[in-house]
Amino acid sequence: MTILLDVAAVSKLFPVGGGPGPLARFKRRFSGGPEKLPKVYAVDDVSFSINKGETVGLVGESGCGKSTLVRALTRLVDVSDGSIKLGSRELSLKASRVFARDRDRARIQMVFQDAGESVNPRFTAFDAIADPLRRLRKMRGKALTERVETVASQCGLPLPFLSRYPHQLSGGQRARVGIARAIAVEPELLVLDEPTAALDVSVQVVILQLLQRLKKEFGMSYLFVSHDLSVVRLLCDRVLVMYLGKIVESGPAAEVFEHPLHPYTQALVAAVPRLHENGGGRLRLTGEPRSPIDPDPNVCRFYGRCPLSAAMCKTTMPKLRRFGPRQVACHFAEEFLLVPKA
Amino acid sequence: MTTAVPALSVEGLSVDFRTRSGIVRALDNVSFAVDKGETIALVGESGSGKSVTAYAVMGILDPAGKVTAGRAMLGGLDLLSAKPSQLADVRGREIAMIFQNPRTALNPIRIVGRQIADVLIRHGNVPRRDAPGQAIDMLRAVGITDPARRAKAYPFEMSGGMCQRVMIAIALAAKPSLLIADEPTTGLDVTTQAVIMDLVNDLAREMGMATIFITHDLALAGQRSARIVVMHAGHVVENAPTEELFKRPRHPYTAELIAATPDSAQNLDELVSIPGALPDLRRTDLPPCRYSERCPRKIDACAQPLSRSTSASGHMVACWNPLPERIANAPTESAA
Repeated sequence: MTILLDVAAVSKLFPVGGGPGPLARFKRRFSGGPEKLPKVYAVDDVSFSINKGETVGLVGESGCGKSTLVRALTRLVDVSDGSIKLGSRELSLKASRVFARDRDRARIQMVFQDAGESVNPRFTAFDAIADPLRRLRKMRGKALTERVETVASQCGLPLPFLSRYPHQLSGGQRARVGIARAIAVEPELLVLDEPTAALDVSVQVVILQLLQRLKKEFGMSYLFVSHDLSVVRLLCDRVLVMYLGKIVESGPAAEVFEHPLHPYTQALVAAVPRLHENGGGRLRLTGEPRSPIDPDPNVCRFYGRCPLSAAMCKTTMPKLRRFGPRQVACHFAEEFLLVPKA
Repeated sequence: MTTAVPALSVEGLSVDFRTRSGIVRALDNVSFAVDKGETIALVGESGSGKSVTAYAVMGILDPAGKVTAGRAMLGGLDLLSAKPSQLADVRGREIAMIFQNPRTALNPIRIVGRQIADVLIRHGNVPRRDAPGQAIDMLRAVGITDPARRAKAYPFEMSGGMCQRVMIAIALAAKPSLLIADEPTTGLDVTTQAVIMDLVNDLAREMGMATIFITHDLALAGQRSARIVVMHAGHVVENAPTEELFKRPRHPYTAELIAATPDSAQNLDELVSIPGALPDLRRTDLPPCRYSERCPRKIDACAQPLSRSTSASGHMVACWNPLPERIANAPTESAA
């Protein structure tokens, strides 16, 4: 298998207490410059790879850094540290502003959560899909029209709808516009940020099946960001679980959901409502996550909320360790490995 | 149905909305009841009329909406014909509602402790000077750590999960007998969702409160309620005890809804989408069964006025050609 995207030790820190205003200026002066400001560790030393044609799921709760990671990968923000390689090309060196005009820009595209909000409301569906083609492929005139119409029909968007504005389209049609816009420039990696979160189940099915068909047809790789584990289970080959800026578990999707090893993944899986099952009496997380601002590098990020929370977790940060095809960052992973299915 | 006196019984509720492009018949002859201490769920896709039902019962419909028929009996009071002053007394004291988006439902410029205290003073017969202390107790009851400090926080200083806990504290402050929860966990993480739903369930059980839980998530509804009312385009199409509904759905729409839920399949190809879309409720030629145009089991009889039948176990279905009582679980069987 060839590796398409290789992410190594990527970090993204945001200084806090910056910004405008005299107070912030005062703070900056007396704290010794912006480097000395406290920082939010949004993404902290994350490494993973995506193979060609693979669908990888990225799950975690809001605030865990999955959006920041995705924005870093798609080069919408600059990383603080680490390398992002797409094929043989290193992407992290160029500033995002410069990369926006790079010819490799077309190789990673993104489908945003709600196309109703991510598509310019004054663009018709045609303009929305044509925009990346005009910018990245310099397409004009008849070739452009043809390409837009091809992509639209590949995504199941009837051609008369191309002249409509986002507010004149239904949720499912908007999702199709969002997908068509992203695949118009034939990307190798498509990043999908909760593409079905705003849709009803009946429409969600159609969009998920469309995504699967497009993937087969064009041999794209997907990074699928979602908090809906039942969807991730259906669509993804492999899954990454993130907690407070770090990957805490990764592995084949079926295995991770059937037999989660990290206590956080266990709580996450237990929290998913199931059709034929009663919800009471299962593992629950209490409390709020730890602060992501300058976290102690020697304390496990899950400490305090974790039902295990042993003395060791307070003194040593667990490393991501390999167990066959899976990786887990917990001191007690072995114990769960031995326990048969929960 | 049980012989207990229902906490709320909605009978033949119809609601129209006047819009510039015509009259939208949002609800048509909606009936269901919730017993004291029981939790039921209203389930349906967006546009099915779940929230409109709740808003009509609460008397907080948009001015364009008009109740054209029906009753909503809470004890001896018909909420739909009650005077505004009567409603104002009942709301908050007898019925409370949790809204979908806690951040927009809370007052952004009032500290949360004060917002809870307001309800206690107005509806809970709590003396003004005891209210702040009791508000802190409420915050503790809904599981907020360090409640004394959090009571002085504004909604924007709190996470989504915490705001929703505050909403629950406000709703339950006056110990109502009926709680309407309109998608209380949409937009929250699954882990938070589970905790919030546990909280609502536990408090409801403790206080013997009836709960109407509105959601589009069939799996979540199944987990949290004893009975499910399925809505489609302003009609109640099926109303059955939860387990029976999943095992033996009788309305074709319910069966398709179950088959479309991601949880019911092993892989994507097994999932079945529901063909067609909701009918345009402005049409004057709406068929008597609003599902008939999408329905795979349509027969000639469907052109007659809707037939509602209820079995001995309280399984109501509004269909001329329902799935048979026995084999109806075929679409879900393969998935289990």
